Amino acid sequence: MRRLLAAGLFAVAAIIGGGGSAHAVSSEAILAAKPPKLLSEFGFFVDGARQVPAEGVVPYHLATPLFTDFAEKFRFVHVPAGQAATYDPDEAFDFPVGTALIKTFAFPADLRAPDKDVRLIETRVLVRQDSGWQAWAYVWNADQTEAELKIAGAKVDLAVTGKDGAPLSFTYAVPNKNQCKGCHALNGEVTPLGPKARNLNVEHPYPSGAENQLAHWTAAGILSGSPAPADAPSVPVWGDTAAPTEARARTWLDTNCAHCHRREGPASNSGLYLTWGEKDPVAIGIGKRPVAAGRGSGDRAFDIDPGHPDNSILLYRVESTEAGVMMPEIGRTQTDPEAVALLRKWVEEMR
Amino acid sequence: MQRLLPIATLTLALATSTALAADIAVEAGEGANERLIEALISAQPGDTVKIGPGRFEFTEGLSLDVDDVKVQGAGAGQTVLSFKGQTGAGEGLLVTSDRVVLEDFAVEDTKGDGVKSKGSDQITFRNLSVVWTGGPKAENGAYGVYPVSSKNVLIDGVFVSGASDAGIYVGQSEDIVVRNSRAEYNVAGIEIENSKRADVTKNTVTHNTGGILVFDLPNLPVQGGQDVRVFDNDVVENDTPNFAPKGNIVGIVPKGMGVMVMANRNVHVFGNRFDKNGTAHVLIAAYPNEYDDDNYMFVPRGVYVHGNTYGEGGFAPDGEVGKIITDVSGTPVPDIVWDGVTRIPEYFSWVNAEDQVYIDEAEGTTFANLKMISQMLLPWSTSPDTDISGYKGSLPEPAPVKLPQDNGA
Repeated sequence: MRRLLAAGLFAVAAIIGGGGSAHAVSSEAILAAKPPKLLSEFGFFVDGARQVPAEGVVPYHLATPLFTDFAEKFRFVHVPAGQAATYDPDEAFDFPVGTALIKTFAFPADLRAPDKDVRLIETRVLVRQDSGWQAWAYVWNADQTEAELKIAGAKVDLAVTGKDGAPLSFTYAVPNKNQCKGCHALNGEVTPLGPKARNLNVEHPYPSGAENQLAHWTAAGILSGSPAPADAPSVPVWGDTAAPTEARARTWLDTNCAHCHRREGPASNSGLYLTWGEKDPVAIGIGKRPVAAGRGSGDRAFDIDPGHPDNSILLYRVESTEAGVMMPEIGRTQTDPEAVALLRKWVEEMR
Repeated sequence: MQRLLPIATLTLALATSTALAADIAVEAGEGANERLIEALISAQPGDTVKIGPGRFEFTEGLSLDVDDVKVQGAGAGQTVLSFKGQTGAGEGLLVTSDRVVLEDFAVEDTKGDGVKSKGSDQITFRNLSVVWTGGPKAENGAYGVYPVSSKNVLIDGVFVSGASDAGIYVGQSEDIVVRNSRAEYNVAGIEIENSKRADVTKNTVTHNTGGILVFDLPNLPVQGGQDVRVFDNDVVENDTPNFAPKGNIVGIVPKGMGVMVMANRNVHVFGNRFDKNGTAHVLIAAYPNEYDDDNYMFVPRGVYVHGNTYGEGGFAPDGEVGKIITDVSGTPVPDIVWDGVTRIPEYFSWVNAEDQVYIDEAEGTTFANLKMISQMLLPWSTSPDTDISGYKGSLPEPAPVKLPQDNGA
């Protein structure tokens, strides 16, 4: 299917008249002090509407992704030719200047059929410049021909068919530049979140066939220093019911919460730390009293009360969709019932 | 060299002038929401974002991440940022950069906290108003003015009302001045928590559940709150029933608390005017909950209360804490109450001079040491120690807090 699509697009591209260089990634756009107004100026895609990447733009996915109101996500990485990211066992890889991480958020008309009638909403771009990372959001037009920079963010009204088959309508929020940093911050600096060894250490269905992403990145020359996948850290796919409940819950919290809730993150002052490697039970929330939760406490005394999800603030805030209560604070307006069920099971089984 | 110098100076002057402060004006009206968000994002160091008079309605939180920016309204009664329709973010305005001044505007009805700074150095909140317009309600946001993990914090002339935790809350910060401010109808008027070197002075705290709290809590990245001076404040008629959502530590504060010092070090309470606080004017207490934290000191160390004036008080002791106190002290509750909790080894030996509680007040001031057993909130005996003269003494006062943005070094 993907091969067919790509072939079709190739023809279109030829007709439009781009030469070979028309679809090369623009390092000028990536390194520019002022971001391009249009997404197409980066040259990431040979066909944006179908999310077909240009040469040098590698698709990837995460074992356990962030929940963003059921959005489908298309992720890509571009590392400048001849350079490579440096492997790190725990943190996001150290990418060279000129790198771009690209993530498109899209919604199918029916959430039960994620491949059909997909509408692109926004593409977020993290570019690595000399001064550090910059984060930009581009919102797609109705015709899906172009996406335009929105520094102040945007609101998009959506109406789809939900996973339960019922109509689901809500206002999707495209983050403004500062909100990007609300999550993408480590010690106050903008930083990527997804491309960590443990989250990339899974197979990806490349056009050439399925392959482990760490191995593929290494073979493509965009990652250096990676051990063999078997020797690199890994996390389960959080929805994999064959995996242990605790590991599934902890990888979900790692991805959905620990960007802020870690010692170096925006929620460091809470004392609640949910990174995959966190060992201190109180820091994870077990028997931990809230500090600045306000009404986010939901009249509950502990972040996690083992065996009692309904006495646990963690569940209250993950279930809520109310500003000032819900966690994460931004990035969603909907509750993910499957995640709630998993966390509930985890806390219930906790002794 | 001498010829070169003027040229170099000129170049420097030119360079400075090109980068000189610009005003970014944001007036009310069509698209003001988006224009203000953009102004806060695109501001350059040195700029002033000037928000015009009028009402601004927001559906998202605002944030500022640029150093050396002033955000200035036309006055707290003129420029009103309303977050009544907010659907996202944990606060109204979040500042994460250094040397920022926020002044002369009002923030209303945020879903979470009002105005927050995280990790800022030299942050100033001046002549702000942060209000939940529906009055005291558990659904209101937790904190009004909320610097956390910050350094050199100046809060001057702010007004906060309706916070379901603390009106003015300074947490895990260093070098703090809170002055000339008014906090009313909050659970706590002003709270200094897990922070070092704070001066809280010339504020009026009234009609809160509790007036001024100086706390230290366990299981936080910054602990060891110390060197706090609470002086020359009016702490009167704190009489709003506690409306904090359960689970929050301020939920323990009884209605009618004046100043409460819990598990902190070197706290000086002096020159304040206490009146009509129904539970007690001053309470000195240990952290009452169980905790798991080897680095935490749960009893207050080195508290010096002196030269305050005490009007009527202790006439309506409230809640669980009120009952625990009156079970020992009787009613009316004395002006100053210490739970008397000491660490067990110290109970059988002695407490170092710098760790003791000292009280030096005018004739007629009443006092009780409840002599509670550690962590159990049960008395050793049913007879408190009410002999105030036994606590005479003093502690060296911390130096006044000096802030770089306040003509201090």
